[in-house]
Amino acid sequence: MVRRHPAGKEQGATLMVWLVALGITAVFLWLLSDVIWQGGQAVNGAFLTQAPAKAGLEGGIAPILVSTGLVLGVCIGVSLPLGLGTAVFLTEFSPQRSHRVIRLSLDILAGVPSIVFGLFGNAFFSRVLGLGFSILSGGLTLACMVLPILIRSIQVGLVNVPREYRQAAAALGLSRLGTLKTLILPAALPGIAVGILLGIGRAIAETAALIFTSGYVDRMPTSLLDSGRVLSIHIFDLAMNIPGGEQNAYGTALVLVILLIVINTLVSWFAERFRQSKLQIL
Amino acid sequence: MTSPTLSPQSLTTDHQPPSIWVKQLSLRYGRKVSFANVDAQFRAGQITALIGPSGCGKTSFLSCLNRLHELTPTAQLAGQVYLNDCDTETIPLTPLRRQVGMLFQKPNPFPLSIYRNLAFPLKEHGICDRTHIHHIIETTLTDVGLWAEVKDRLKAPALSLSGGQQQRLCLARALALKPQVLLMDEPCSALDPLSSEVIEDLILRLKGIYTILIVTHNLGQASRIADDVAFFWVQHDVGQLIEFGPAKEIFANPQDPLTAAYTSGRRG
Repeated sequence: MVRRHPAGKEQGATLMVWLVALGITAVFLWLLSDVIWQGGQAVNGAFLTQAPAKAGLEGGIAPILVSTGLVLGVCIGVSLPLGLGTAVFLTEFSPQRSHRVIRLSLDILAGVPSIVFGLFGNAFFSRVLGLGFSILSGGLTLACMVLPILIRSIQVGLVNVPREYRQAAAALGLSRLGTLKTLILPAALPGIAVGILLGIGRAIAETAALIFTSGYVDRMPTSLLDSGRVLSIHIFDLAMNIPGGEQNAYGTALVLVILLIVINTLVSWFAERFRQSKLQIL
Repeated sequence: MTSPTLSPQSLTTDHQPPSIWVKQLSLRYGRKVSFANVDAQFRAGQITALIGPSGCGKTSFLSCLNRLHELTPTAQLAGQVYLNDCDTETIPLTPLRRQVGMLFQKPNPFPLSIYRNLAFPLKEHGICDRTHIHHIIETTLTDVGLWAEVKDRLKAPALSLSGGQQQRLCLARALALKPQVLLMDEPCSALDPLSSEVIEDLILRLKGIYTILIVTHNLGQASRIADDVAFFWVQHDVGQLIEFGPAKEIFANPQDPLTAAYTSGRRG
C-alpha cells in the first residue's frame, strides 16, 4: 500500500467530490437540453392553444393544460388546508407521545407507490363515492398522495422555528393561536413553501394514479366531474401508444418542465414576500 | 450610551407588588431532579438575587414561578408557589404570566418592528385602542430609556437594535403589561459592561414597585442591587437552596461554609 501525504489525500477527496457534483449536474443538463432540443421544435403558440387532433399527433395540448391545472388545483386546494391543519395540530397542540407513531405512519404513507394510491382512488372516489373517472376524483387521489409529504415538511418547518419565539410569547401570557398566527406560521413559511413545492412536484409528474381516476379523455373539460387527461398521461400515451408521437411527447414534456420551473419560482417568491410582509427578520 | 432618564411616576402599577411564597418546591425533568424541597419567602417589592454555580437549578426555579416550566413536556413540579395568598396553580396561565413578567438571558425580541414588539402583546391582552397603545408604548420605552433612541424608527426591525437596546426593549415589553413581579434570568450576561450597567440601573429603579427575582453569576452585581440573596448549590446531583437571607448577611456573615466558600470565590 502506498502511504500518501495527507495533502494529496485531501486533494484526491476534493477532486472526487467535484467529479460527483459535475456528473450529477451533467446528467441533469443532458436531460434538460435533450427535452429542449427535441421539444422546442414542437412547442409554439398554436401548440399551447389548440386541441389535440389525431390522438395528439396533430394539434396542441390546450385541454390537457386546463385539465392539469384543474387536477392540481383540486389537489392543492384540498391538501394544503388539511396538511397545514394537521401539521399545526401535531406540532403545537397534540401530546408529544403520539408523535412517533404518527410520524412513522406518515413516512410509510409517503413511500407508498403511487399506483396503490391510484387503485385506492379508483375504488373509493370513483366507485364508492360515485365520482367516476373525473378531474375531481383524480385531484382528490393526488391530495391523499401528497398529504404525507406536505404534513411532514410543514412539521419540520414549524419545529425549526426558533424556540425563543414561543418562550418569549408564553412568558408574556400570549395565546397560542395569536402566537401561531403572528409569529410561528410566518416564520415557518419557507418550510411550508418547500412542502407545497414537493407536493406539486409529485402531483404534476404523476401518471399511474391518474390513469385510474381522472382518466385520459383529451377533450376540453367543462366541469370537475368531467374526465380529463393531464400532461404526464399525454406524454405517456404519445410516447408509448401512438407511433410517431415522439415529437409532440417531447413538446409536452418541455411544457411540463417549464410549468414546474414557473410554479417553483412563483411559490418561493410569494412565500418570501409574505414572510417579509409579516416579519422583520434581518 | 446615555443613561436612561426615568419618569418614576409612570412606573407605578395599580397594585402593591405581592410577596412570593414557595413551599416544598421540587422540579424534575423525567428522572433528573433539577432542584428539590425549596422553601422561601421573597419579600414584596424587594430585589432577591439567586446565586450559585451553573446547573444548580436557579433558572429552572425561576421558570416555576410563572409556570413557564410547563413548556417542557417532561417537567414535573411538586410543591406550591403563592403570590400573596394565591396558589399560582389556581391562576389561569394568561393572567398569571401577565402578572409575573420575565426577562431572559439572551434578549429575545420578536422578529417584528420595535413598535409591534410592544403592540402585539398589548393587543393580545385585549388593549385595542390605538391611542392608548401608543401612550403605553411611549411611556414604557421612556421608562427603559429607549424612547429617545428609537422614537424616529419605531417601524424598524427590533432585531436591528444593539444587544443592550434589545434587552431594554424586552424589559419594556414586559413592563407594558403592568406586571407586579419581574423574573430575570441573568439579564446582563449577554451584554457588554456599559449596556449591563444601564440595565442594572434600571433594575434598581424598579425596586419597590415590583417584586424582583434575578438570577446572576455576577456576585458584584448581586451585592450592588439585591436586598436578599438566595444561594443554591448542587448536593447529591440535586439543586438545593442552601442559604437565604438579607444580602448584607449573606456576603458579610454567611452561616453555611458552602456559602462562605462561594461568595468569597473559593468555590463555584
